[in-house]
Amino acid sequence: MTAFTHARPVRRAAYVPSVDLVRDVLAGSILAIARMISRAEAGYAEASEALAQIYRHSGKAHIVGITGVPGAGKSTLVSALIKVFASDGSKVGVIAVDPSSPFSGGAILGDRVRMNDAAESCQAFVRSMATRGHLGGLARSTLQAVDILDAAGYSPIIIETVGVGQDEVEVVTAAHTIVVLSAPGLGDDIQAIKAGILEIADIHAVSKCDKPEAAATISALKGMMALGTVKVASGWNTPVLAVSSVSGERISDLKNAIGRHWQHLRESGELADRQRGICKTRILGTARHLFQQKFNDEAGEVEKHIQAVMNRNMDHSVAARLLLGWNNEVPAT
Amino acid sequence: MTVTMTGQDFSPGADAEAHSLGTIRVLVAKLGLDGHDRGAKIVARILRDAGMEVVYTGLYKSPGEVVNAAIQEDVDVIGVSLLSGSHVPLFRELGRCLREQKAEHIFVVAGGVIPEQDYAALLESGVDAIVPQEARADLIVTTIRNLITARGRI
Ligand code: B12
Ligand SMILES: Nc1nc2c(ncn2[C@@H]2O[C@H](COP(=O)(O)OP(=O)(O)OP(=O)(O)O)[C@@H](O)[C@H]2O)c(=O)[nH]1
Ligand SMILES: [Mg+2]
Repeated sequence: MTAFTHARPVRRAAYVPSVDLVRDVLAGSILAIARMISRAEAGYAEASEALAQIYRHSGKAHIVGITGVPGAGKSTLVSALIKVFASDGSKVGVIAVDPSSPFSGGAILGDRVRMNDAAESCQAFVRSMATRGHLGGLARSTLQAVDILDAAGYSPIIIETVGVGQDEVEVVTAAHTIVVLSAPGLGDDIQAIKAGILEIADIHAVSKCDKPEAAATISALKGMMALGTVKVASGWNTPVLAVSSVSGERISDLKNAIGRHWQHLRESGELADRQRGICKTRILGTARHLFQQKFNDEAGEVEKHIQAVMNRNMDHSVAARLLLGWNNEVPAT
Repeated sequence: MTVTMTGQDFSPGADAEAHSLGTIRVLVAKLGLDGHDRGAKIVARILRDAGMEVVYTGLYKSPGEVVNAAIQEDVDVIGVSLLSGSHVPLFRELGRCLREQKAEHIFVVAGGVIPEQDYAALLESGVDAIVPQEARADLIVTTIRNLITARGRI
């Protein structure tokens, strides 16, 4: 059996050099923005100059991270937030991250289903991104996509992380304002699940408050916060808000809290700290990636050391230093 | 990246070529008043297992909405699953929206319940390939890979 296709050859689209797309990205062309994000994701060397140019035009947007357990209602909430932000005239950008399959490398990116209508009616830019093997709840190029949207004039830019459990919290050093979304009805689980991500919230939201179980979750959260395990950063009081994306209840309160946090960051000077943290993570993360790539390309080098370590001629620590060319350094441990 | 765990046998040649073009992205779309979503979900899984990134639109989308989503997601292919019988006007409108939005670089692949006598009309409206209903997973995958391979990197 065959598929039915045209007899004539398929049309070919030309490869437009990335630097030629920069002007269109800055002018807000959706086609150019979308293509530039793909180039960042693919990691084409050809795109690095263009991305560097774009980066110089970024730095204006408020970056909001939304995180929480799988199924907490993150995508539905983002969809509701798009509407309230857009009603104020904001150009909302969204990057929604889902995991790639470790087996095939493919992914089903399911967040858009919930956001389509809002994106369409509010002219928001919604992009789904697969992690492509990156751990921590984001994709390696998520922040480059944010730069691109930022330079194109989008703000706020909302990042929906992969549904996280305990410790996948890279978003902390990616966004200015972190909203941790909890779902009601998780009962005792809340202790375990929240332990890792409770502290990172600038704003706690409890989803699905149209359901009766929500009240218990809210009091559990407030109870844990009263225990003082939560950071008290420069006078910001982490609010706990019950929202319903279905009924729309208190979505605008959440929007206002996000706005207040942004104002707080700027007025207290904490924004500079956050930005410093974001830059540091990006530099180190990229360095780690480049280094990994280098040794993927020079597999033979690594292989030599594997043999030596297997033969017990040296240990992994010495081998790693040799690999890095730090031959003279005495291992610290 | 190229290993599949589905037991399907994809030829390594096609695989290597497709991967040198980067990860293939596909928007699986449901157009119009058509609530049959089993096929669309199965196709999404087949493509995921073949290493592609799949965005699903959900049900009841207009051609204009599908094109806007496809552009933002920068997909290589819009895969439309249509079982309602309204394929001729819907694909005509989809083709028109793609031209209007200057997004003709995006391929359109059709599947579902589409009688053979309508194939010519669909190809005429800008559909690039039609996969027969009884096609196996590997035909769905290779149809898409072949289009991308012939196009090259964009
Ligand atoms: C199951 C079914 C239903 C279920 C759907 C459940 C669901 N959530 O999907 C229910 C009972 C709800 C239903 C309702 C109706 N149905 Co119905 N339904 C079927 C049935 C029996 C099977 C469809 C199916 O799920 N197949 C299994 C999946 C896996 O196969 P598939 O969709 O064909 O997909 C495969 C391939 O086609 C291909 N493929 C599919 N999409 C794509 C996309 C791409 C890009 C590619 C590459 C490949 C590809 O890959 C898939 C995997 O191999 C078909 C009969 C048939 N022969 O198809 C009728 C059928 C589709 N239904 C039909 C009708 C008329 C209806 C109703 C209008 C009936 C009524 N009067 O109420 C309603 C309309 C509902 C609505 N809102 O749209 C007609 C459509 C007639 C037409 N097109 O002219 C059919 C053909 C039955 C018939 N012979 O009359 N239906
Ligand atoms: N009743 C009610 N249901 C909701 C609400 N918000 C989300 N849901 C439902 O919760 C389920 C999960 O919602 P999503 O928005 O997909 O959750 P998510 O956190 O994005 O999920 P992942 O991305 O898979 O981690 C869906 O069935 C939603 O319809 C709400 O406010 N009220
Ligand atoms: Mg989601």
